[in-house]
Amino acid sequence: MATFTLPKNSTVTTGQTYKAEAGAKNLRSFRIYRWDPDGGANPRTDTYEIDLDTCGPMVLDALIKIKNEVDTTLTFRRSCREGICGSCAMNIDGLNTLACLKPIEDVQGDVKISPLPHLPVVKDLVPDLSQLYAQLRSVEPWLKSDTPPPPDAERRQSKEERAKLDGLWECILCFCCSTACPSYWWNGDRYLGPAVLLQAYRWIADSRDEATGERLDDLEDPFRLYRCHTIMNCARTCPKGLNPAAAIGKIKQMMVERQS
Amino acid sequence: MSIMQDSREATMSGRRSDGTPVRRPLSPHLQVYDMMQMTSALSISGRITGVIWSFGLLILVWWLVAAAAGPSAFAGVQWFLSSWLGLLGMVGLTAAAWFHTLNGLRHLSWDAGYGYDIATTYRTGRMVLIGTAVMTVLTWLIAIIAWA
Repeated sequence: MATFTLPKNSTVTTGQTYKAEAGAKNLRSFRIYRWDPDGGANPRTDTYEIDLDTCGPMVLDALIKIKNEVDTTLTFRRSCREGICGSCAMNIDGLNTLACLKPIEDVQGDVKISPLPHLPVVKDLVPDLSQLYAQLRSVEPWLKSDTPPPPDAERRQSKEERAKLDGLWECILCFCCSTACPSYWWNGDRYLGPAVLLQAYRWIADSRDEATGERLDDLEDPFRLYRCHTIMNCARTCPKGLNPAAAIGKIKQMMVERQS
Repeated sequence: MSIMQDSREATMSGRRSDGTPVRRPLSPHLQVYDMMQMTSALSISGRITGVIWSFGLLILVWWLVAAAAGPSAFAGVQWFLSSWLGLLGMVGLTAAAWFHTLNGLRHLSWDAGYGYDIATTYRTGRMVLIGTAVMTVLTWLIAIIAWA
């Protein structure tokens, strides 16, 4: 069931403000969602004034600066800082994206940061992704083939067959798209969501995979696939410029084609 | 029979540092997300205009039933529909019907496999908005000319 408001324990209160040092000129406020499991209080929004003259260009640079110099308790995931690991996915300025790829100067006014939407919060900007990982596992995202590979070579593809995987293999599973999808917010217990469906299509589209029929059978369900209503928030928000909605559209087309 | 439970419920329970259980908060969604972008704004508008149009069908039924019931009942409906409030409602219904139709064409093209990239989505979205305005004005121009 869709609940448009937050539960009582999840409403966000106003937290502390950390002023910048005197003399800082190029100030910007970062308003960051905080929740500490040990505190027993509701989530809050803390405000950090940062001098951009002594800070790197990306939102992740500001988060690291805050953790290093202002408030060591601020908790977030990050690793590669170049948009390939997908760890620092979060909601910045109303859209989901990777903090390491989001320039601070692209944000007008205060930089508002919260965890990926409609997920359980482990701490601060760290959400629990278990449901998404379980759903990814359910589409069996690996090559399934009864035919053994040639004894002395890999499984070959033509250039055209390989090209069908472009726009699919680049997905880094940051789940910006799934958590941008209102349909996934309301029905994420049974709807697989854009990220997982793009992964499902990545194997359906693979010429070497021989389980296409079973994969489509598994998705033929009013919830698993058909809760996609082509809202397109997924493609709009993908930090890698991919298009999960188009991949889902192709699955829907294959469902129709195999009936005729 | 137990009611169907949301499987995500299991992930709502966490632990404090000392091991005691704690209920995790749900991260903000509608509260923080930019819902006014072309993608989600037109999607929810499609649903709302569908509901409004269904309501318009009730008015049509009311109008027909009144016509069948006799001149005085029909005159009452006509009086209401040609009042300022009635006319405003009818213009709104026309706009909702046009929006829903044009946005429906957009959905048909998606289902046929076209227009998924974001640039095209934004372009067709703007076309739906402009088309709704143009067609609503045209519809009423024709109606007023036929009326006069």
